[in-house]
Amino acid sequence: MVMLKKHNEIIKAESRNLNFFYADGTQALKNINLPVYENKITALIGPSGCGKSTFLRSFNRMHDLYPGNKYEGEIILQPDNTNILDKKVDPIEVRMRISMVFQKPNPFPKSIFENVAYGLRVRGESNKRILDDKVEEALKGASLWNEVKDRLQDLAFNLSGGQQQRLCIARALATEPEIMLFDEPTSALDPIATVNIEELMSELKKKLSILIVTHNMQQAARISDYTAYMYLGELVEHDDTNKIFTNPSKKETEDYITGKFG
Amino acid sequence: MAENKKKSSALNNLDLIRTMIKQHKRNDLAFAALGMFVIASLTITLIILFLDLVLDGYPKFTLDFFSNFPSRKAARAGILSAWVGSSLVLVVTFFVAVPLGIAAGIYLEEYSKKGWLSDIIEINVSNLAGVPSIIYGLLALGLFVYSFGLGQSILTAGLTLALLMLPIVIVSTREAIRAIPVQIREAAYAVGATKWQVVLNHVVQYSYGGILTGVIIGMARAIGETAPLITIGALTFIAFLPPSPVTIDPPFLNLDWLNAGFTVLPIQMFNWISRPQHAFHINAAATGAVIIILTVLMNGVAIKLRYNIRKKIKW
Repeated sequence: MVMLKKHNEIIKAESRNLNFFYADGTQALKNINLPVYENKITALIGPSGCGKSTFLRSFNRMHDLYPGNKYEGEIILQPDNTNILDKKVDPIEVRMRISMVFQKPNPFPKSIFENVAYGLRVRGESNKRILDDKVEEALKGASLWNEVKDRLQDLAFNLSGGQQQRLCIARALATEPEIMLFDEPTSALDPIATVNIEELMSELKKKLSILIVTHNMQQAARISDYTAYMYLGELVEHDDTNKIFTNPSKKETEDYITGKFG
Repeated sequence: MAENKKKSSALNNLDLIRTMIKQHKRNDLAFAALGMFVIASLTITLIILFLDLVLDGYPKFTLDFFSNFPSRKAARAGILSAWVGSSLVLVVTFFVAVPLGIAAGIYLEEYSKKGWLSDIIEINVSNLAGVPSIIYGLLALGLFVYSFGLGQSILTAGLTLALLMLPIVIVSTREAIRAIPVQIREAAYAVGATKWQVVLNHVVQYSYGGILTGVIIGMARAIGETAPLITIGALTFIAFLPPSPVTIDPPFLNLDWLNAGFTVLPIQMFNWISRPQHAFHINAAATGAVIIILTVLMNGVAIKLRYNIRKKIKW
C-alpha cells in the first residue's frame, strides 16, 4: 500500500482503491489511490504495460465502449463529489466534463472548423455566431489560430502531424472541460512539435487540471508538477516531480528514473 | 593467407546471395505472368462475348428498338416494355433494399451484442449472398404472390430482387463500417457523443463510399436476374406500359404501377432466344448488349465513386 503524502493542493479528482479488469479477466490496475490536483499537471510514468494508459482511460470511462471491462473502487470528481465510475453516472456526462487527447492525432475527416465545433454540436449548439466564437477561442487556446484562421474550411488531414495534434487539443478544449487527459500526446510528433505541445500544456493548466501519460521521462520532468510511477498495475510512488526525479523515496522508482530498469 | 581466405569466402557468399536473388526474381516473374494470363483470359472472354452480341445485334441499335413494344414481327419488335419494366422494378428494389440493408448493417456492426446469436446472424447473412437466385424466386412466389396476395406485379418483382440484393448491401455496409479506425470512433465518444450521434455524424458519413459501392454492385446484379422473376410469373410478352408513376394532376404521384404486370430485359432476351426465327435472335443479341453495357456502366460508376471518396478520406 502506497502512502500518499499530503501536498498543499486542491484535489480536483481522486481515485480510491481503483481496480480494473479487462474482459479477459486480467487485472490491469491494482488498488490505485491517486489524486489529480487542480491547475496542476500530473504525469504518469512507467514501463509499457504498467497500466498507466488504462488508468487514464478510466477517467473518461473509455473502457465502457468495450463490453466486459470492469471497474472496482471509485474516482471522485470534485467539487460535486461525484463518483464517475458509478453505474448510475452516464459515461457521456463524464466525457462532457473530462476531455481527452490521444496518442496519435485523430482528427475527423472533416474541416478544421467542424473538428473543433464537434464537441459543441454534440451539446446541441447550433448558433453560428457562438460556434464561430468558441472555435476561434479554442484554436487560440491551442495556439493554432494564426496558422489556420484563413483556411478553417480545409480538411483537417491537410495539416501537419503537430498541427493535427494541436487541432485535437482545440477540439478537446472547445467544450471547456474541467480535466484534460493526454495519452502520450507527443509520441508521434517531431521534437519541434513536441516542444509546442509541451508549452501549450503549461499554458492550459492555468484553466484546467491535466493528467498525462508519457513514455518520455524528460517530458514528465519538464512539464509536470506531480509525477506518479506505476509498475505492473500498481502505483509505486506519487510525489512532487522534483522530488521524484531528484530524490525518490522508493528504490524501484530510482532504478526506473536512472535507467537501470525499464 | 588468412586474409585471402576471408576474402574468397566473402566472395563465395556474395555469389550465393546473387543466385538466391535471381531465383526470387524468377519466382516473382512467374507469379506475375500467371496473374496476367488469368486476367487477360477473363477480360478477353468478356470482350469476345460482348463483341459477338454487338456484331449480331448492331442492326437493332436504333431509337425504334428502344421505343417499340415487342411484336410478332421481329423487325418491328423493341424493348420498350422491358426497359421500362426493368427500371421500375429496380426503383422498388432500391427503395426497399437500401434502407433495410444499411440499417441492418449498422445495427449488426454498432448495436448488436456480440454473442452466439450475432454469430448465427452473421453466418446466415453471408450465406444468403450465395443462395441460388431461383430459391429467392420460390420464396417470393409463396410469400409475396400467394400469402401476401401481391400478385405477379412490379411490386413483387422489386421485393424479390430486394431480397437478393439485401445481403450484398448488408455485407458491404459492415465492411465499410469496419474500415473506420477505432481512434476516430474513440475521438467522437471522447467529446461526449452518444452512440446515435457517432453513427449519424461519423460512421455513416465515412462509410457511405463503401456502402454506395455495395448498393451499385447489388443493383447491377439485380438488373441481370432472370430466374426468380420467371418463378414469380413475370410476363414474357407484354405490349403495354404500366401506369405512369408521375401524373399531371395532384398528388402528381401514382402508385398503380406497383400492381401492374411487367417484363424485364433479361426475360425479354430469353423469350426472343427461344424463338426459332433467326431475326429474333438478333433482337436478343441487341438486348444482351444493352444489359452488359448497363452492368459495366454501373460497376464503372461504383469504382469511380469509391476512388473519389477514398481520395478524400484517408486514414
